[in-house]
Amino acid sequence: MTDEKPSPSLEDLDARLRRAHERRPDRSADEDQGPNPNSVGAGLGIALRIGIELVAALAVGVGVGLLLDYWLNTRPWMLVVFFFLGSAAGFLNVYRAVSGYGYAAGYRRDESRDKKSPQQHETPPDGD
Amino acid sequence: MADAGAGESHSPLAQFMIKKIIPLEIGGVDVSYTNSALAMTVAVIAVSVFLIFGMRRGALVPGRWQVVAEMSYEFVANMIRDNVGQEGRRYFPFIFTLFMFIFAGNLIGMIPYSFTYTSHLIVTFGLAAVVFIGVTIIGFAKHGFHFFHFFLPHGVPWFLAWLIIPIEILSYLSRPVSLSLRLFANMTAGHTMMKVFAGFIFVLGVAGVAPLVMVVALTGLEIIIAFLQAYVFAILTCVYLNDALHMH
Repeated sequence: MTDEKPSPSLEDLDARLRRAHERRPDRSADEDQGPNPNSVGAGLGIALRIGIELVAALAVGVGVGLLLDYWLNTRPWMLVVFFFLGSAAGFLNVYRAVSGYGYAAGYRRDESRDKKSPQQHETPPDGD
Repeated sequence: MADAGAGESHSPLAQFMIKKIIPLEIGGVDVSYTNSALAMTVAVIAVSVFLIFGMRRGALVPGRWQVVAEMSYEFVANMIRDNVGQEGRRYFPFIFTLFMFIFAGNLIGMIPYSFTYTSHLIVTFGLAAVVFIGVTIIGFAKHGFHFFHFFLPHGVPWFLAWLIIPIEILSYLSRPVSLSLRLFANMTAGHTMMKVFAGFIFVLGVAGVAPLVMVVALTGLEIIIAFLQAYVFAILTCVYLNDALHMH
C-alpha cells in the first residue's frame, strides 16, 4: 500500500458512487442507512420465506389436529380438518407475504399504511 | 465445517453434534456445559467486547471500529423506526440483542471447527418463542380482550367467521414456527451443503478444484445468509411488535 494508491481509487469510487446515486433518483440522500439489505436480500429473503411459511402453517395445523384428537378421542377427524385449515393458513401467509403486506403475516392492516407504503423503509407508520 | 479433517467423522451432519464439555446435572436435569453453550458464551463475549471497546473512546470522529459499532446500532434503530415507529424505541435493547446474538452466532459458525448454535431448532425456537410470547403479552397489555379482534379481519361476513377464525389462529400460531424454522433450516442446510462439497475435494483429486471453487463461493453465500437471516429474524420481530402495538 503506497501513498498514491488509495487516493485515485477513492476518487474513482466516489465518482462511481455519484453515478450510481444519479441512476437511482428514487432514493434520497438522507436515506443513507449503511448497508441496505433489501437490495441484496429482498428477492432472496422472500424466496426463502415462502416455502417455509407454507410448511410451518401446515405443521402447526397438523400438530393442533393431532393434539385435539388426543384430547377428544376423535382420531382421525380433527387431524383431517386441521390439515386443511393449516394448509389454508399457509396459503394465507404466502398470499400476505407476496401481496405487498411486507413481511407481516399480518392481520387487520392499517389501510392508510398499505396505500402509502407497500415497501419497507418508507415512512414510519404513525401510531393509529 | 468446510475443512473438517479426514481423521474426524466424515458425516456432513457430524458438525451439528452436541458434545458435553463440562458434564453437570442439577436435580436430575442435564445442564451440562456443551460446545453449543460454549459457542453462545463466545458470541456474547465477542459482541460485548465489540460494542464496549468499540465505543470506549466515543470519539466525535469515529475510528473504524467505532464506525462499525455505530453502524450496527443505527441499522437496528432504523429498522425499528421504519417498521414499528416511535413506540418501538423502548424495545430497542431487546431487538438489538436478538439481532446481534443471532448474527454473531451465524458468523461464529463460519469459523472452521466451531459450532453454529443457530443450526439447532431448539435454540431458534427458544428465541422465536420468547418473541411470540412477548409480543402476545404486549398485545394483551395494550388492547386487552380487544386483542382477539386480531383473529377476525375487518369486513369478513358473519357466515364465514367460523372458517376464518381458525385459519387466522393457525396463521398466528405458525409465526414462531416459521420464524424459528427459517433460521434453523437456512443455517443447517447451508453448513451441510458446504461440508458435502468439501468432502468431494480430496476424493476427486485434481478435479477437486471444481468443488473447491464451489466451497469458496458457498462460503461467501453463507456469510450473506448469516447476515440476511439475522436481519429477517429481527425485522419479523419488529413487524410482529408493530402488529401488537398498532392494532385497531
